[in-house]
Amino acid sequence: MIAALTLLLVFQLAGEVIARGLGLPVPGPVIGMALLFLALLLRGGPGENLRQSAGKLLQHLSLLFIPGGTGIVLYGDLIAAEWLPLAAALVGSTFLAIVVTALVLDALIKRRKAGGSAQP
Amino acid sequence: MTPRLTELWVYLSASPLLGLTLTLVAYQAAFWLYKRAGYHPLANPVMLAIMMVATVLALSGMDYGAYFDGAQFVHFLLGPATVALAIPLYAQWPRLKAMAGPLMIALAVGSLTAALSAYGIGALLGASQPSLMSLAPKSVTMPIAMAVAEPLGGLPALAAALVMLTGVLGAVCAPYLYRWLRIDDYAVRGFAIGLASHGIGTARAFQVSEQAGAFAALAMGLNGLLTALSLPWIMPWLERLLGR
Repeated sequence: MIAALTLLLVFQLAGEVIARGLGLPVPGPVIGMALLFLALLLRGGPGENLRQSAGKLLQHLSLLFIPGGTGIVLYGDLIAAEWLPLAAALVGSTFLAIVVTALVLDALIKRRKAGGSAQP
Repeated sequence: MTPRLTELWVYLSASPLLGLTLTLVAYQAAFWLYKRAGYHPLANPVMLAIMMVATVLALSGMDYGAYFDGAQFVHFLLGPATVALAIPLYAQWPRLKAMAGPLMIALAVGSLTAALSAYGIGALLGASQPSLMSLAPKSVTMPIAMAVAEPLGGLPALAAALVMLTGVLGAVCAPYLYRWLRIDDYAVRGFAIGLASHGIGTARAFQVSEQAGAFAALAMGLNGLLTALSLPWIMPWLERLLGR
């Protein structure tokens, strides 16, 4: 657990250094994820310890959003001032983004499958 | 309150113990309810736990800053957890590679849909300029959304709140949308929820299936990257086009 956490923090730190050092618009942890992914490709997969610890951490991903998410209490006034356009835009665009992405991806995968099976 | 109780409260509200414990207890309670509800999307644990913590803060008069002093230890783990997403991603690598073309097209279309529909609906209903620029990046992970909103004239704080609401909304509604559209492929389900509602959607996807979680994590990362690179020039161009 501690060894796995150390490894994750080392990759996060490396990601942070690269993101800030090069002035990239992407957060350090996302760069860290890409670096770890590359390392896994080169090494041929994670060790058992890392795999299990990462699984445990990701199982409780919901927990990690509670402190930041509760910050909504600070912005009640901002949202209340324009609640109708904001609520409509949130609901409408979240639905549209999910529906359009899912339909496009589903159609492309099915078309590829149909195309693939047509070949001998 | 008696003097001794007041003294105790003063001590506790200044120590990180209270905020940290409150976060974990709210999560345990919310997860218990979620489990009891058979992992029903409407019983989303992020939403329930935030409602519980916000209620406790309102009733006790504890301010958010004091709460966050303790809760930040949990918040900090978002960094290593994001890095850890590489592991399920690696497990799905053969399928990801095989689907690379369709995934890139769905990413581009979905990312534009999320930003432009939020902007369009908001503009039609008369949202102010700062609100529109805070709405545009709301489907991506919080640090990127805040960084993208600010130079466009949005409010980072409002962007953060809209990101959070989008995450919960997507996690709650996506399962119904998939049932309605008859989408059964966990890769597709995961990718769409991760694209539209970032980490909170990804958390829901991991509760459903490891494959859905991996594709959600991929979509979250890619949409964050694409949004950070594209919105800073798409939004000014769109504004000029509309003559605003």
